[in-house]
Amino acid sequence: MIISIASGKGGTGKTTVAVSMALALDAPVRILDCDVEEPNVHLFLHPEILEETTVAVPIPEIDDKACTRCGKCAEICRFNAIAVMGKVILTFPELCHGCGGCMEICPENAVSEGARPVGVIQSGHSNGIEFVHGKLRIGEAMSPPLIRAVRERVRLDMPNIIDAPPGTSCPVIAAVKGTDFVLMVTEPTPFGLHDLKLAVEAVKLLGLRHGLVINRSDMGDSQVHTYAKEENIPILMEIPFDRRIAVAYSKGLPIVEALPEWKDKFSALFKQIESIIQGKGGV
Amino acid sequence: MKELVVISGKGGTGKTSLTAAFAALADNAVLCDADVDAADLHLLASPRILERNDFQSGGVAEITPSLCSQCGLCREKCRFDAILETFEVDEISCEGCGVCVWLCPESAIEFKEKVCGEWFLSDTRFGPMVHARLGIAEENSGKLVSLVRKEAKQLAEKQDRNLIITDGPPGVGCPVIASIGGATAVLIVTEPTVSGLHDMERVAQLAAHFKVPALLCVNKYDLNPEKTLAIETLAAEMGIKVLEAIPFDPVMIRAMVQEQTVLEYDAASEISHVIRRIWEAIGVHMAGILR
Repeated sequence: MIISIASGKGGTGKTTVAVSMALALDAPVRILDCDVEEPNVHLFLHPEILEETTVAVPIPEIDDKACTRCGKCAEICRFNAIAVMGKVILTFPELCHGCGGCMEICPENAVSEGARPVGVIQSGHSNGIEFVHGKLRIGEAMSPPLIRAVRERVRLDMPNIIDAPPGTSCPVIAAVKGTDFVLMVTEPTPFGLHDLKLAVEAVKLLGLRHGLVINRSDMGDSQVHTYAKEENIPILMEIPFDRRIAVAYSKGLPIVEALPEWKDKFSALFKQIESIIQGKGGV
Repeated sequence: MKELVVISGKGGTGKTSLTAAFAALADNAVLCDADVDAADLHLLASPRILERNDFQSGGVAEITPSLCSQCGLCREKCRFDAILETFEVDEISCEGCGVCVWLCPESAIEFKEKVCGEWFLSDTRFGPMVHARLGIAEENSGKLVSLVRKEAKQLAEKQDRNLIITDGPPGVGCPVIASIGGATAVLIVTEPTVSGLHDMERVAQLAAHFKVPALLCVNKYDLNPEKTLAIETLAAEMGIKVLEAIPFDPVMIRAMVQEQTVLEYDAASEISHVIRRIWEAIGVHMAGILR
């Protein structure tokens, strides 16, 4: 079972919800932080890191002697990662999407596969929770290959909770695609609503079941509630603004540790999602 | 002409509310929303759209079934697993590389440019604004960011405006890189939390990597004065100009609900005074950056 946590707008409480839900389970669980640009789960779980792997994407390496400067590789590349100017051939590895077209097309077999590191995956554990996250290399533009590599660490013999990045474009899609349920965390403000609508459109496009957590539910207006009702999106939890929660968060303390009464609520949230996935929830 | 790009690393720290407040204070600026993935600045700036343009970029493979012999070469060579067993293209997985188009022995695959979003030239009560909307689940957000920034620059030149205020996206990846390259300075808006500190450090490293001078301001500082101090100390060590911190005040959200900047909603509030002082300090600092 894979539950992903997404939001559209950033800073609505995705990580808070993902971490609290994982901590509320009294069974093995794996948490995968796919917000590889700014991974934060580790700040709340303090996992012991046992393993680190570098993730790289393929890039072209040109054998200067074999290359005839015919320019076919530059022609097939849609990302402008190879240029041939007279007798000079240049590659721009940071623009390469790793499609392998240049290697296929080269009549001289002069292009071989090099590697550009995009980031690292670290894994370990914390309090019975299995932990995996990706960390994008600073200066690297492309996060989806790293997100997909983190996704490959899903283990199907236990629940998996994925913390997705904000937004609605390719990184979010890479994080939530093919998950069993998308839990969307929003706040009841015009920004929260606007970005939630975009996220819901994306999730619908992917055909994924989804539900809502409204964070700081008493700060703002009632439009998110109205929208959820109109769109038939179940509101699975509301977290009112509580300065104690905000202060605990600021120190890296998850809600369920700062305010233990929330543990049962997050455990119930998980069970509710589980029964929706198993078809008992009727959503 | 100068350009200030407001970024944060972590989302939800108050970038857009602050950008809009600056817009209300600026005399002769062009507004630019570079958070094309989840653009929110228009919710406060209420732009009147003057010009609407398609954003065409990339493309997806499309297989013509009557020509396809189902030889499987495209499935074998596609590195993005975008060709399904049924020899249909999974448009969401398709990276738009066109390798299959070139390889197909039957020439059964076409490659069409597609509309991935829209961008707008608008007018607001603060001055002109360039903004965009990337299509849902689309790629190429970096290209659209570069496009809106280029249009904002052209507009500023044409109308003789000396400043562009750009609302940037969260994170440190493709759209952020496209947002900050060549800017006069970035303002990092963060919050006094473990995440705010961690993410601010990464985005500050990114700004340093691309040699863009950085300024920093901690929003909601009183939620955790110790973390505020830790962030400001780290920023100063990294050579970042630290500006006045902003207190936590729900008036920011009340203003947002009224689709106003906090300066319009409650000009006399403490937070409005703080933002005015920050804006002045930014002006002084930017004037000293020669680029």
